[in-house]
Amino acid sequence: MSFLIGENMTGGYGGADILHDCTIAADQGEIAVIVGPNGAGKSTAMKAVFGMLNIHTGRVMLDGEDITALTPQARVAKGMAFVPQTSNVFPTMSVEENLEMGAFLRRDNIQETIDQVYELFPILGDKRRQNAGELSGGQRQQVAVGRALMTQPKVLMLDEPTAGVSPIVMDELFDRIIEVARTGISILMVEQNARQALDIADKGYVLVQGRNRYTDTGQALMNNPDVRKSFLGG
Amino acid sequence: MELLNALILMANFVLVPALAYGSQLALGALGVTLIYGILRFSNFAHGDTMAFGTMAVILFTWWFQSMGINLGPLPTALLALPFGIAICAGFVLATDKLVYKFYRQQRAAPVIYVIASVGVMFVLNGIVRFIIGPDDQAFADGERFIVRARSFKEWTGLEEGLTIKVSQGITVITAVLVVAALFWFLNRTRTGKSMRAFSDNEDLALLSGINPDKVVMVTWIIAAALATIAGTLYGLDKSFKPFTYFQLLLPIFAAAIVGGLGNPLGAIAGGYVIAFSEIMVTYAYKKFVGYLAPGDWSPDSLLQLLGTNYKFSVSFVILLLVLLLRPTGLFKGKSV
Amino acid sequence: MTMNRNVLYFGIMAVLLIIVGQFQSWNLSLSILNLCLISAIMALGVNIQWGYAGLFNVGIMGFAALGGLAAVLISMPPVPAAWAAGGGGVLLSALAGAATIVGCIVAYAKLPKGGIRTAIIVAIGVIGFFIMRGIFVPATDAIESVDAAKTGYLGGLGLPVILAWPVGGLLAGGVAWVIGKITLGLRSDYLAIATLGISEIIVAVMKNEDWMTRGVKNVNGLSRPVPYEIDLQQALWFQNLCETLGQDVVTFSSIFVKLCYAGLFLIVLLAIFWLSERALKSPWGRMMRAIRDNEISANAMGKNVTARHLQVFVLGSMVVGIAGAMLTTLDGQLTPASYQPLRFTFLIWVMVIVGGSGNNMGAVLGGFVVWFFWVEAEPIGIWLMDTLTSGMAEDSGLRAHLLDSAAHMRLMTMGVILLLVLRFSPRGLLPEKTGHH
Ligand SMILES: Nc1ncnc2c1ncn2[C@@H]1O[C@H](COP(=O)(O)OP(=O)(O)O)[C@@H](O)[C@H]1O
Ligand SMILES: [Mg+2]
Repeated sequence: MSFLIGENMTGGYGGADILHDCTIAADQGEIAVIVGPNGAGKSTAMKAVFGMLNIHTGRVMLDGEDITALTPQARVAKGMAFVPQTSNVFPTMSVEENLEMGAFLRRDNIQETIDQVYELFPILGDKRRQNAGELSGGQRQQVAVGRALMTQPKVLMLDEPTAGVSPIVMDELFDRIIEVARTGISILMVEQNARQALDIADKGYVLVQGRNRYTDTGQALMNNPDVRKSFLGG
Repeated sequence: MELLNALILMANFVLVPALAYGSQLALGALGVTLIYGILRFSNFAHGDTMAFGTMAVILFTWWFQSMGINLGPLPTALLALPFGIAICAGFVLATDKLVYKFYRQQRAAPVIYVIASVGVMFVLNGIVRFIIGPDDQAFADGERFIVRARSFKEWTGLEEGLTIKVSQGITVITAVLVVAALFWFLNRTRTGKSMRAFSDNEDLALLSGINPDKVVMVTWIIAAALATIAGTLYGLDKSFKPFTYFQLLLPIFAAAIVGGLGNPLGAIAGGYVIAFSEIMVTYAYKKFVGYLAPGDWSPDSLLQLLGTNYKFSVSFVILLLVLLLRPTGLFKGKSV
Repeated sequence: MTMNRNVLYFGIMAVLLIIVGQFQSWNLSLSILNLCLISAIMALGVNIQWGYAGLFNVGIMGFAALGGLAAVLISMPPVPAAWAAGGGGVLLSALAGAATIVGCIVAYAKLPKGGIRTAIIVAIGVIGFFIMRGIFVPATDAIESVDAAKTGYLGGLGLPVILAWPVGGLLAGGVAWVIGKITLGLRSDYLAIATLGISEIIVAVMKNEDWMTRGVKNVNGLSRPVPYEIDLQQALWFQNLCETLGQDVVTFSSIFVKLCYAGLFLIVLLAIFWLSERALKSPWGRMMRAIRDNEISANAMGKNVTARHLQVFVLGSMVVGIAGAMLTTLDGQLTPASYQPLRFTFLIWVMVIVGGSGNNMGAVLGGFVVWFFWVEAEPIGIWLMDTLTSGMAEDSGLRAHLLDSAAHMRLMTMGVILLLVLRFSPRGLLPEKTGHH
């Protein structure tokens, strides 16, 4: 069984169900990518895995433990971290304060982790005193990822980390994410740029209308003509 | 000489009173802006919270006075302040538990909180009048003046005197100390930073493991402390009358909005902007112009832009102008 | 079901008024009824804003006061000596004020953007203001010194007072338009704060501008839309009527006058109620409620939410203005100092919330119930305090304090009622009918 798995999840925001029997998972040191059309329920699936909405069937397992009933905060304490799609930084706080807030639950010395984040994203070290709200889109995404890494998570969940950044910055972000995965962290990521994302993915999920349409390795999905035609633009 | 007289006149009737009044408004507006930033509603009960806290301080002051405890030249109220703050904080936390908490759990619309705060305002209104009555209460004691007009005139040989009251000096010093402490708290401590984070982005704060209940509790306590301090300073400087504190709501809101709701620095700036505008617009410049004009000429009219009865309309006009031209305030506040 | 509830609650209300009539006096009962009717109209106005559109108006007092002002300006006879002394000056200064505003707007529109434009606008404003005040102050001083004990103001137009009702509505609507134009579309709190401010200012103006309202000297002796008691008592037909009914002429004359008022008020209430119901059920009203319940999606649907809110805000304020004029008419005098936020803003809010926000019938019921208890709470409170303190010594300081404070208990009680209803029964006594769920 995978390290993190959301199994047969069905649920939504209180009205009609958005997810239907949806399963997504990620293994240690592995990058799992979710792609699909707009409104397919990708963000919803991420929130479901993180406990931010109710699923009435299915369960979420982390390292063999059933965490379906835990609050998001409790999941953070268990070693999960989440970068939401939008408003994922504290805009009027400095970069460094953003990182400190990411480590809010930790009581030990966090300086080492801060330095690691600056090593991963050198630009953040340069702008540590600047408010996150004043940074460019790409830099803000780096702050967001950095903040999530501050808890030293075992699982990092990213909802469209490259939304609104230039292709060069995107490649760079992907490189960093691969680097993070190499340290043994599982990564579960939603991406609009399906082609590039599947390229670096160990595992891929294609969601359509809240259901799993295709599930395979990233490479296999890239080579699947149906997937290419409908979701990768030919 | 004439020029010096004119300057002293302005210092005496505009600068000194406006600095004191501005500090009082700034402290009040800080409370409003903090509540807005964290709890996301305009607290209409803030003026009456000030009245409530001040009332507690007055009762303690009287008690101390009756026991012969005092601070010498300083007002006894300063000694009573911590006790008043404790009582006010206790009351405010009780209202949060009984009233606001429910709407937080419901994730109610902001306007519902506002209505609830109006309800709390009237309850407070009733309690304060019930306990201490609707009339003026005197509770200032100790030395009255730092600088007296008479001795100032003798000392400088000028025609105009300068008066600085102890209450004005204390107001400004206390405001500086309180603001410094507050900013140290918000910018340097873990709890303070978590409050700012919560104000910035509530959802992300929750995802970071920040405990919302604690943030809300600390916010209420700080707001109660600020309200009590502001109210006590105002009461020492002018006098304590419950209805006046209700009326302070308008300039305080105006100060908070002018500075940008949710922005503490803005609240302070807003407090002084409102105070200076109010006093400058309602000041009669007749004598001032008389000094500056050549010879013995002086204008016939008072040269007063607005009567003091309308001082609240100054805050209101500034408020409307800001809403018209720059709804986020001078310093960027939270979303419109 | 709702029909039964309506009948039940209004039935209880009628019984209460009859009990007061039988056991206290019919005069009192009718006074309460008349104020219940006016309160119901105010509550209707607020319900249009809050119930239909979710707008929180904390300045009801100001709009009611504008209605009161209209009553004076329309019905009092003009004071020719005052007009001669300073009428021209006041008009001229108004003209100067208007010219200043126009000048600023023209400068804003015509000049290129920048520091120079701002400076010119400020200069026009300041100079214009001083010119205006230069004319205004001597003119009003002259007016106020004309037989200050009796008049000292310009008076009104000397028209029938009933005309003041629609005019009061127009005045209130005009001010509401300005406030709404500025604050609607921003956060909901801003409307609340701005209305709080404008109402305080309107009342301050009425208290201080003696040349217009006589300020705290009050304007007494407003003309009436109904007969005077003294005339009735001398009229033969009335004396005969009393004889056939077996009533005392003096008592019955005052009851008769109150009945006349009640009739007039009832007509206005029914008319406004009918119009509100029509509006609520029209496509316009349905859209209003759609916007209220889900502002964002309505916005996405391309409906101009702010413009709709402005309409509703102005209409509701007009209704409050009408009621304010009616109230001053009933009192027969304008007492600026009597405009207290508790009585005129807060009480009306309690009426709407207790009655049932969004439901016109609820607002009317709320007006009746809350006013009734507001009036009767005072004797009850004093009686309660008396009983509670009866164990204490006659000269006990605490006892005297508690008895003195009974009046303040009203504030607290109303606050507590509002909080309790908001929390435990937010839909009120007569909840809004929600058909579309
Ligand atoms: N907070 C919410 N409340 C109700 N419905 C929502 C919410 N967020 C998203 N939805 C709905 O859920 C569906 C899936 O949205 P989302 O998960 O954001 O899609 P994706 O991330 O794949 O673009 C959409 O129909 C959207 O309208
Ligand atoms: Mg999404």
